[in-house]
Amino acid sequence: MRTMTQATAPATSPSSPASPAAPKDGRTAQRSLGRRLLARPEVGALIAAVGVYIFFFAAAPSFRDASALSTVLYQASVMGIMALPVALLMIGGEFDLSAGVAVTTSALTAAILSFQLSLNVWTGVIVALVFSLAVGAFNGFLLIKTGLPSFLVTLGSFLILQGANLAVTKIFTGNVASDSVSDMDGFDQAKSVFASEFSIGGVNFKITIVYWLVFAAIATWLLLRTKFGNWIFAVGGNKDSARAVGVPVNLTKIALFMGVGAGAWFVGMHLLFSFNTVQSGEGVGNEFLYIIAAVIGGCLLTGGYGSAIGPVIGAFIFGMVSQGIVYANWNPDWFKAFLGVMLLVAALVNLWVRRTATRR
Amino acid sequence: MTTTNGATPDGAVLKDSAPQDGTPVVELRGAGKSYGNIRALHGVDLAVHPGQVTCVLGDNGAGKSTLIKIISGLHQHTEGDFLVDGRPVRFTTPREALDKGIATVYQDLATVPLMPVWRNFFLGSEMTKGPWPVRRLDIEKMKKTADEELRNMGIVLDDLDQPIGTLSGGQRQCVAIARAVYFGARVLILDEPTAALGVKQSGVVLKYIAAARDRGLGVIFITHNPHHAYMVGDHFSVLRLGTLELSAARSEITLEELTNHMAGGAELAALKHELAQVRGVDVEELPEESDLQVPTPAAGGTTASEASH
Repeated sequence: MRTMTQATAPATSPSSPASPAAPKDGRTAQRSLGRRLLARPEVGALIAAVGVYIFFFAAAPSFRDASALSTVLYQASVMGIMALPVALLMIGGEFDLSAGVAVTTSALTAAILSFQLSLNVWTGVIVALVFSLAVGAFNGFLLIKTGLPSFLVTLGSFLILQGANLAVTKIFTGNVASDSVSDMDGFDQAKSVFASEFSIGGVNFKITIVYWLVFAAIATWLLLRTKFGNWIFAVGGNKDSARAVGVPVNLTKIALFMGVGAGAWFVGMHLLFSFNTVQSGEGVGNEFLYIIAAVIGGCLLTGGYGSAIGPVIGAFIFGMVSQGIVYANWNPDWFKAFLGVMLLVAALVNLWVRRTATRR
Repeated sequence: MTTTNGATPDGAVLKDSAPQDGTPVVELRGAGKSYGNIRALHGVDLAVHPGQVTCVLGDNGAGKSTLIKIISGLHQHTEGDFLVDGRPVRFTTPREALDKGIATVYQDLATVPLMPVWRNFFLGSEMTKGPWPVRRLDIEKMKKTADEELRNMGIVLDDLDQPIGTLSGGQRQCVAIARAVYFGARVLILDEPTAALGVKQSGVVLKYIAAARDRGLGVIFITHNPHHAYMVGDHFSVLRLGTLELSAARSEITLEELTNHMAGGAELAALKHELAQVRGVDVEELPEESDLQVPTPAAGGTTASEASH
């Protein structure tokens, strides 16, 4: 039947579809600077960040203090450090729902191991790093071997880690929290690395803010200036095409998951050495905050598009909103609702910006 | 209108080179592929020589895709031999095929739409500079090289930073071919490069196929359009139901015969009888029309076949 319609087509419709001319010079006009700027993934988020800042600056007088800025930046940095590898993973076309509890897992690993074996905390820190990377590699490996969507695979590892966090902690401590590591060997040193403060003009800033910005710079460089960054965009944009031109797709994806593991380790160490102890039930739900920061920052949920600066701005918006509500003396119960509105607005702004920028 | 396809690109690209002697770059001997109990390909012989265009024709489901997947390293053959430079090989990844100089331009073009043209051009084979910890992309050089290579193939783009998804189908096809040629491909596999293109764009692509051939590449041109195949082909292999129905050099076959083979003799007769019942169908002209999916090349093709008499 199909062949027949094909065969009759020439007889019944002899008209020729007009074909465009061969490629010529000067057909594509130079895009204006404004267009080029708008085409950057993080521009929408930047506009939103300025808007939110002005809003709280006007609404909450105490928000204008430098100490408030320090608090906002700290809040943003703890989340932003994790949002970076999550954003890279998202650009690479995958999710990691276990990212939130992986932070707790990493902290618990270091805390329980050092405490139970009475080791120097640095041993626990190193083992936790290896374990976190292994969890990331496991996620990536499972994804590649099974071909299941990362949503399912990491939902599985999310539940496994969440359960194991509680159960293992109870086995060793009989409690839902790990024992305090504050009097152990190497604690002060580790605290100075992961959880120290510094002062600028009488205002204390947490060291994580510096790490956050440094990691963001490294991630940007990685994404835009290295081979691996090219591969991240490619595996997220079109996995099959990337594979066909020789990009090691599996390696790239596993490395991205391991990057999330490394981020979880770093944040986990920060939390451990800030609070000396870890609550085993923490971290649930944070994975969505990381994803939200990445999306607000202009990363495409389906992969292949985004930046590392975007999630930095996304995390900053998150920090401003979460603290701004407190400074404005509003009921903090509204925080999540506000965040939801922000997410939708950001998604719409990004959509609009991308359409405007890529319109031909 | 009818001569656009026949005259301009055809006249420019038609180059009936004599078959070269020596070892073929890529050779299949009795090769086949089974997926479980489904035999997609069986007993296929194919030889690709440098500076020649080997056309593989066949209707949908004839096994064309399976054939190129074996050669490009996406799948492995399950019977027969696959030789590169006379030595048996078995590729497990496309990377291995690329390293042997076998590049494939897929139907979906193997480009990443949201990435800039120059990044796509070098994807998987990026140029870098600097020592390891700070080894980085050599962006200037890549942009310059991409621009030069595209210009060499006659493609001029003003903004290499534009996402490749904003280019037209024909332009993307040409970028993909230019990329393969640049990366030292000795064998270029083109998977239905003209299938989704208009008449003129098809002509442009055919011109680049000829350009690649003239640079000494062995080209495997997969198509279901015998007219396009006959314009540039040196050797024709027709697949039907997973086996080789015809394998002939250009000198041994006319376009009409090729078209007939392509459609399949018995099926054609049945079709002819059936089509005779339909008003408005000229059964006399059937061999030219039966295999075509795009209306226009039929017109161009008819003139081409008449010209070949």
